[in-house]
Amino acid sequence: MASLWRYLLAGLGLAALLVGILAVVYLTAPQSAQTVGPDVSRTKKTDNGLYMASFVPERGVVRHGELESWLLTLKTKTGASVERAAIAISGGMPQHNHGLPTSPQVTDYLGEGRYRIEGLKFTMSGWWQLRFAISSGAGSDTVLFNVVL
Amino acid sequence: MKRLFCFLALTVAVILVGCGKPDFSDAEKKTIASLALNTLPALKPDTTNRFADVPAAAALGSTLFFDLGMSRDGTVSCSTCHKIDRQFQDDLPQAVGVGRTNRRTMALAGVARDPWFFWDGRRDSLWSQAITPLENPLEQAGNRTAYAHYIKTRFGERYERIFGPLPDFSGMPLNASPLGNDAERAAWNAMSETQRDAINRVFANIGKAIAAFERSIEPVQTRFDRFALDLATGAEPKDDAVFTREEILGLKLFIGKANCVSCHNGPRFTDNSFHNTGVPPVADLPPDRGRIDAVAQVEADPFNCFGAYRDGDVGACGELRFMVKDAPQLIRAYKTPSLRGAATRPPYMHAGQFSSLDEVVAHYAKAAPSVEGISEIHPLELSDRERAALVAFLKTLSE
Repeated sequence: MASLWRYLLAGLGLAALLVGILAVVYLTAPQSAQTVGPDVSRTKKTDNGLYMASFVPERGVVRHGELESWLLTLKTKTGASVERAAIAISGGMPQHNHGLPTSPQVTDYLGEGRYRIEGLKFTMSGWWQLRFAISSGAGSDTVLFNVVL
Repeated sequence: MKRLFCFLALTVAVILVGCGKPDFSDAEKKTIASLALNTLPALKPDTTNRFADVPAAAALGSTLFFDLGMSRDGTVSCSTCHKIDRQFQDDLPQAVGVGRTNRRTMALAGVARDPWFFWDGRRDSLWSQAITPLENPLEQAGNRTAYAHYIKTRFGERYERIFGPLPDFSGMPLNASPLGNDAERAAWNAMSETQRDAINRVFANIGKAIAAFERSIEPVQTRFDRFALDLATGAEPKDDAVFTREEILGLKLFIGKANCVSCHNGPRFTDNSFHNTGVPPVADLPPDRGRIDAVAQVEADPFNCFGAYRDGDVGACGELRFMVKDAPQLIRAYKTPSLRGAATRPPYMHAGQFSSLDEVVAHYAKAAPSVEGISEIHPLELSDRERAALVAFLKTLSE
């Protein structure tokens, strides 16, 4: 009889050890696999290196589901402001087969290479892309910004 | 020995209780909190309708909403399809007014928060929406001058107290409209520009009164909201705020693997946008291409935000100004409906294509291609248990 209890205790002991090992494994494992997201920098060189572009929300914060305006600032390689550029905007959500829910447009030139872009709307969380085709005296170039909400 | 058994029994009990507790990651908790009704902001003023928050206008609007006289033959009102005791919808696959229409009646809770109206967004304000069925031959089937005459006869004093003097109707035809039958269109064309403008103004004001009433129709708190509030505050859920394991699984799927929350987001469970999700057409209805055909209609509408009947300044017209006009994504794209209350109002989709939530979930899992345009949804591997869990969760938005 006594030996039966001994086996039972040994079994419990082993089970406890297993639970302990599992606990260590689970507790030390990372919460979720860290996937590498898209480049979300707000300032970057355009694809052919003609301009430095920066793209920021005019009010500083991105609001979900509301029309908002952003500022696109364009400088040449030498740091001069780009004036009178023609800018075409497109974009969408690469993971959802759809383009932008609105047609944002340049509505104002604010000086010092800053262009106001109105009519942006981010209707869902996730990975958005905004492409700008820029054309000025310095030449034509494109740039893509990623916005992750 | 007894002690050992006690310890084991306690351990088992602790494990079992632990399993029943919702276990959400911080990201999941953040998403759940964003869906709760307490995050719904206060209703913004509608500057395009200066009567939007005038109580007398809302009162007149409510009278008109339920008035059968607001139709050609005195048998149909807004409330015929938007039934007050049925979440302001009619449980039919396609609405029936004077005739059978091509689309499902939309529920109205929170409608004043929409940027676009109808399933395809062919109107851009609540007040311009409200007057559209009045002249649709399948809905209320009336005409513009007849409505203006009717308002004067039945509600003249109430109207003038809110909107100012009615125009002089002498010499104006009893039945005339740019959208009516041949005789009505001819009568409309025979009217002077001033007369037409005067009638249009009365017509727009009818819409503004009805819109003022509809602003009071707001979503109500549900079991989900009580659950979400307790989760956010860390309070112990009580009574019906306790979710079953199935409902918790459904919620996790909704905001995770099933991707429902991509479009059904925010406290109204809608992104207010248009999507092609491959919903099949109905065999005996006319061709329906959704949003792509609505763009021209809203641009041509004399009552749109750019038109002469808008109050306030043009700054309120951002949605129309920055509207997407010709992208392929608009083909067979329809508005994301709110899911609040959806479980108790089958059938589903823009023409009532699916008779149960099980069918809806099966459609999204299968993700069949669209008959025209490109569906945005991808196939999902969902077990029977997971499908049932999604439906169980959706029901918490109706209780």
